Amino acid sequence: MSLIDSRKIKNFITMNAIYIVLILLIIGIAFVDPRFLSIVCLRDILIQSSTRVIIALGIFFIILTGGVDLSAGRQVGLAAVITASLLQSPDYLRRFYPDLPQLPLILPILIAIAVCLLAGLTNGFIVARFGVPPFIATLGMQVIVYGANSIYFDLPPNNSQPIGGLSKNLTELGTGTIGTGLYSIPYIVIIAILAAVVVWIIANKTQFGKNVYAIGGNVEAARVSGINIGKNIMIIYAFAGAMFGLAGVLEAARTGGATNNYGMSYELDAIAACVVGGVSATGGVGKVPGVLAGVLIFSVINYGLTFINVNPYWQMIIKGLIIVAAVAFDIRKYRRKK
Amino acid sequence: MRRDNGGRYDVSNHKYVLEMNNMSKEFPGVQALDDVTLKVRPGTVHALMGENGAGKSTLMKCLFGLYQPDSGEILINGKKVEIQNAKEALDHGISMIHQELHSNLHRNVMENIWLGRFPLKKIGPLTFIDERKMYQDTKELLDNLQMDIDPREIVGRMSVSRIQSVEIARAVSYDSKVIIMDEPSSSLTENEVDRLFEIIRDLKSRGVAIIYISHKIEEILQIADEVTILRDGKKVGVWPASELTTDLIISRMVGRELTDRFPPRVSKPTDEVILRVEGLTSPIFRSFKDITFDLHHGEILGIGGLVGAQRTELIEALFGLRSISSGKIYYKGQEVKIDSPLKAKKLGMALLTEERRATGIFPVLDVLENTSIANLQKYVKVNKLLDDKARRAEGNQAVEMLSIKTPSLKTLIQDLSGGNQQKVLFARWLLTEPEILLLDEPTRGIDVGAKYEIYSIMSDLAKQGKSIIFISSEMPELIGMADRIMVMCEGRLSGFVSGEEATQENIMRLATKFMA
Repeated sequence: MSLIDSRKIKNFITMNAIYIVLILLIIGIAFVDPRFLSIVCLRDILIQSSTRVIIALGIFFIILTGGVDLSAGRQVGLAAVITASLLQSPDYLRRFYPDLPQLPLILPILIAIAVCLLAGLTNGFIVARFGVPPFIATLGMQVIVYGANSIYFDLPPNNSQPIGGLSKNLTELGTGTIGTGLYSIPYIVIIAILAAVVVWIIANKTQFGKNVYAIGGNVEAARVSGINIGKNIMIIYAFAGAMFGLAGVLEAARTGGATNNYGMSYELDAIAACVVGGVSATGGVGKVPGVLAGVLIFSVINYGLTFINVNPYWQMIIKGLIIVAAVAFDIRKYRRKK
Repeated sequence: MRRDNGGRYDVSNHKYVLEMNNMSKEFPGVQALDDVTLKVRPGTVHALMGENGAGKSTLMKCLFGLYQPDSGEILINGKKVEIQNAKEALDHGISMIHQELHSNLHRNVMENIWLGRFPLKKIGPLTFIDERKMYQDTKELLDNLQMDIDPREIVGRMSVSRIQSVEIARAVSYDSKVIIMDEPSSSLTENEVDRLFEIIRDLKSRGVAIIYISHKIEEILQIADEVTILRDGKKVGVWPASELTTDLIISRMVGRELTDRFPPRVSKPTDEVILRVEGLTSPIFRSFKDITFDLHHGEILGIGGLVGAQRTELIEALFGLRSISSGKIYYKGQEVKIDSPLKAKKLGMALLTEERRATGIFPVLDVLENTSIANLQKYVKVNKLLDDKARRAEGNQAVEMLSIKTPSLKTLIQDLSGGNQQKVLFARWLLTEPEILLLDEPTRGIDVGAKYEIYSIMSDLAKQGKSIIFISSEMPELIGMADRIMVMCEGRLSGFVSGEEATQENIMRLATKFMA
């Protein structure tokens, strides 16, 4: 009987390792400084996690198919610059478009998201139509998007000056809250939660979601099963682009500005969050709650270890160790038991 | 570096070169091995038989150090050994030729043979691989085994049979005393099997013991000296091959008398032509050309031929997986262009591919997802979400109808046996309610009991008026199941035989009709 029990416990730990690590991390930090367990800290961690969650959820489907998107961060930057350039206060002195009338909030946001969606669609087209490995295709897109963003950013009269003076309604989106005081909830956190719910539904309750898991599980079998691989791949990358676009909008809104260097290497954080959250890099395996936990782990490390004064360079080493350990552990989970 | 074992394996002192005594191994929920004993004499072929899941692979993996048994002991030449990993197995003179060949296809023959123990030479302080010695050793080894293979040939450009010869040569190069062969003939042509048997007889004469795992009973009776049969993780017994017959082996494997290997013929093909193929030709020069045939409503049409007859290519083209350069396909009298599996599926066609693992199952997904994946469209509700209740209900129904043995719909398909995986694939396609089923080697690598179940499913479907095209390389299966057999040879259609008139001889004559 004890044998079965210990096996059950072991199994439980294996299947929930990510959550256990997250909780242990929080307990550990709280042990050093109990003030860590406060509403303020919790809210800060959630705010820090919001855009990361959205980027990670975008890249989630791509990793499920066994692919990767290295252009995610640069797409975030492009969306941030576009949004910021189109939504500056009319009374701001160094405007990107000095004569642009005040646009309704939704319009620039949709433009930014649409541009990134197009970049994603192009990624998907190149991967699906020409069979270019996603690593290469999106590496190319990363450089192209950065180049295009920098050209746009360098247009006169802006000439590569940081874009500031964003209109109130945009910054409100990034920093505002529902309710006031201690228990207020930032809009940005709500948006991230909504995004997670939508992605969870797509992944688990729709034909598209099942197709994504199938393509990642065995692309040849998916083809034989009558799944249109090319179309699905294009939708997956385009959807990811839209998510990166949304994240870029929120980054601009949250920080109140944008430069062409926004979003640099955000894709690495997103990929790390996914793999730590149990999304198998070989495809076909992964869940939305895992991705959320993956993002939270890194936010807790960032925020929490700074909170208890751990040297930031040590934080990097800890992050790196967690990434590698998580994947090593995960591979053991799916490798045939000895 | 070749090991010199001079005299260490003194055969004369021990009756058995290998003894595995009272081996047991438990996996969560399964007693994979239960007190199994296997004794192998030097210079003999010892067949290991049993249905899938009987414990053959587990036993061999224990021997090769891939699994650790819970209890039991392994003796080599009477001496107890502990085998922790494959390298230790090799050091003890045990090697294994896997069913799926494990060669590095991008490298040449000699690098594959000596991988991990390249001959080295020193030039000053640096160590290099001694290419010349490696070439000479390989040449000597291959000549010795009468294998006509160039040590510098790239393995990926060789036929499966020749790659297998290289793996055998590799096993011999380890001075192996026991060579395990797991389904070695599964992807070989008849001639190649003969060649394999020659090699095996040669190895026997050198005192090497072969543990031969195969589902092909005819082969076992031909090559084996002794046969150990396992069932449900237990040993049924061991017999000299000369005392066994096909029926005896089958009944001992399945534990009951198998009166018939095939269900009674119940299909009643009508005159109505459901699919007409006219002059179908592949753009690839060496592939199928000018194929014309009719498939009737409710008919089971077998496609026979040797490996390389382009049968798989033909039915994959029918399913839209391969392109055609000329020819027409008529479905229910209407000309159709099938350029994708999606189109084929919409027309009411289904394909079970030959390579179940490579192109059939989604190993990391569960039984339910594997069952419903080709039929999701049906469960999409008005709000675009999937009707999971209906999906699960039909999944359960399919599991019951095809008697798929699985703990639950949530079990990963990779944890099921080959036969049950195949039944899940049947379920997947039956849910799409196809009119025509294309089955490519539907019983390949499946044990005898499950084979009969697959045959029953086929014959039930034909009875319901479905039309079936099935490829098989096992002639008794074609003869036992098909209403009509279409035989191909080197991409061309060489003729038809009706199920009643078919014999192995007339099929074989057609299968070799165009061979030079």
